[in-house]
Amino acid sequence: MSNKMLEIKNLHAEINGKEILKGIDLTVNEGEVHAIMGPNGSGKSTLAAVITGKPGYEVTKGEILFYGKNILELPAEERALMGIFLSFQYPVEIPGVTMMNFLKAAVNAKRKYEGKEEMSAAEFLRFIREKQKLVEMDTNLTNRAVNEGFSGGEKKKNEIFQMAVLKPKLSILDETDSGLDIDALRVVANGVNKLRSPERSFIVITHYQRLLDYIVPDIVHILYKGKIVKTAGKELALELEEKGYGWIKEQF
Amino acid sequence: MAKKDDDILKKVTGSEYEFGFVSDINEEIFPPGLNEDIIRKISEKKNEPEWMLDFRLKAYRKWKSMGMPDWAHLRIPEINYQAISYFAAPKKPKYNSLDEVDPEILETFNKLGIPLEEQLVLAGVAVDAIVDSSSVKTTFKETLSNLGIIFCSISEAIQDHPDLVKKYLASVVPVGDNYFAALNSAVFSDGSFVYIPKGVRCPMELSSYFRINAANTGQFERTLIIADEGSFVSYLEGCTAPQRDETQLHAAVVEIIVHKDAEVKYSTVQNWYPGDKDGKGGIFNFVTKRGICEGENSKLTWAQVETGSAITWKYPSTILKGDNSISEFYSVAVTNNHQQADTGTKMIHIGKNTKSRIVSKGISAGYSENSYRGLVKVMKGAENARNYSQCDSLLMGDKCGAHTFPYMEVENKTGVVEHEATTSKVSEEQIFYCNQRGISTEDAVGLIVNGYAKEVIKQLPMEFAVEAQKLLQITLEGSVG
Repeated sequence: MSNKMLEIKNLHAEINGKEILKGIDLTVNEGEVHAIMGPNGSGKSTLAAVITGKPGYEVTKGEILFYGKNILELPAEERALMGIFLSFQYPVEIPGVTMMNFLKAAVNAKRKYEGKEEMSAAEFLRFIREKQKLVEMDTNLTNRAVNEGFSGGEKKKNEIFQMAVLKPKLSILDETDSGLDIDALRVVANGVNKLRSPERSFIVITHYQRLLDYIVPDIVHILYKGKIVKTAGKELALELEEKGYGWIKEQF
Repeated sequence: MAKKDDDILKKVTGSEYEFGFVSDINEEIFPPGLNEDIIRKISEKKNEPEWMLDFRLKAYRKWKSMGMPDWAHLRIPEINYQAISYFAAPKKPKYNSLDEVDPEILETFNKLGIPLEEQLVLAGVAVDAIVDSSSVKTTFKETLSNLGIIFCSISEAIQDHPDLVKKYLASVVPVGDNYFAALNSAVFSDGSFVYIPKGVRCPMELSSYFRINAANTGQFERTLIIADEGSFVSYLEGCTAPQRDETQLHAAVVEIIVHKDAEVKYSTVQNWYPGDKDGKGGIFNFVTKRGICEGENSKLTWAQVETGSAITWKYPSTILKGDNSISEFYSVAVTNNHQQADTGTKMIHIGKNTKSRIVSKGISAGYSENSYRGLVKVMKGAENARNYSQCDSLLMGDKCGAHTFPYMEVENKTGVVEHEATTSKVSEEQIFYCNQRGISTEDAVGLIVNGYAKEVIKQLPMEFAVEAQKLLQITLEGSVG
């Protein structure tokens, strides 16, 4: 039996006084890939935001344990340093800050947290080049400012690239497939698949089944009106693709 | 460079104003008050020739007839000029060797990271260190004098090079130019003097380090830089002051003369004490800096990082007189808490084919007010003058203000003047994005702000660029979150 990595118990969360998550229970074990699907407005992105500690959300009930430790009181950067990574649905631009400098700050923050020495400039460069190959990332993107002027596909690839660099224990992919053409989708999925391992877990949030052809999940959940209403194997995704979300809406 | 970025990021967390200490130096301080007698005493103390005293008295009389400028977007509390002491200097201000320097002074400059011992000076930066009113020590003087370069305190220059001083002093900033320039002309205590002879490239950065130490004193330094034909010099000034509850006045004048084919680069890292979080104390920084591109093909570059001072009133300007002369102005002005800054530049195009470029980056946080004020003037005879101005404002939080006051006066039809302005905010989304990658909020602000200011920072000499990046982050600590 594999180890429990993430345990979400009866999680209720609201934003601006409006309850979005209404009692989520979810357990992710080491090495598992979970897909969370659901119609728009069901709370998928809110769940990602609450797990990663984005300001503005209030948890009113329940807890989130990461390797048995309640993380709800921890600031976002500490959750990140513990190994929780979010691939953003809409990555922000940071003008003037090169990807190289940004990554260096991130990598060194992590190394410091782990009690390791910082990487030398040469070491870091080698390390980055290696990771770039993994996600078929254009070399000159790292010399550009963070996400500035990146196309939609480049932004998403850049998220996966950062994931490859930071090697998180738990990666949450928030609608990473949205706005991607089929080639970019393949590149993104390949990046994820190369990172899959018995110690690493993924939560893939998606509206469509398409991405799950490439990243095959172990478990599929349907999130609807702030609750997980159905959990099954990968076949559930296919069923959704076939029938749409209508039957879920009727049933719940 | 990248390695240094990290050092900065590591080093800065947790500190506020780092240079707020007071040194117990044996100083001679004049009683407060300003009148002709005080001016005579200053002049006498410095053993000045008659013409210098006349210059001061003329300026004083002019000053008395003038009023404080009130057009800036600043709230300046009333200043009691009679409550200020106009002369404070470490006793025995001339030293023949370092052994004679008060160990407290050496300790002060060591704390500030400015080693005066020549053998310790790293990569060839010659330093003129000024405590309160007096120049303490100029390093590398001999190395420079072998090339014919004069780098000394203005007091020494008045004694040793009176012809040069007489010729150029107040030639760019006339005595009655403005209220603070007149005051400075009357009471200036010390400052740096630089002369680069024809065809000489100054082999090292020249740097002045200004330090206000004594309480209730004003600092009025006077800097005069002359680059003769075909010469080059890069000059930097840095400033700090102790943390005190009362405000202190700093009114400097800088004049730069750039002759034919010569180039001067003047960089400032200004970190006077900004006052505390509630706006108590701090330095009033009322400074007049102006240069003239006197000859053809001359070039003057201003690069400034302004993070300190309670109030800043400062417009480094260039008169582009020589044909084909070029001037550039790069500025980052940061205000936090209750700081106020009204700063910018003037580019006066007189010669033909003159070019100017203005890149101003304002950063406001806390309850501060940050204004850019700039004038681009193209005179009748300035055929084919070109100017490009870019003024960006970055806001942090919603209690601060950013303002842009660009003025353009174009009297020649062939002139091309371009102006671009942007305003942006450090968004919570950007901070969260960094946090999500394990980067702390303080470091995230440092990254974002340094990214924003990069175009200016890269204009600074390497060592100072590092210093400046560090300062930007420290200044903005606690402004987000």
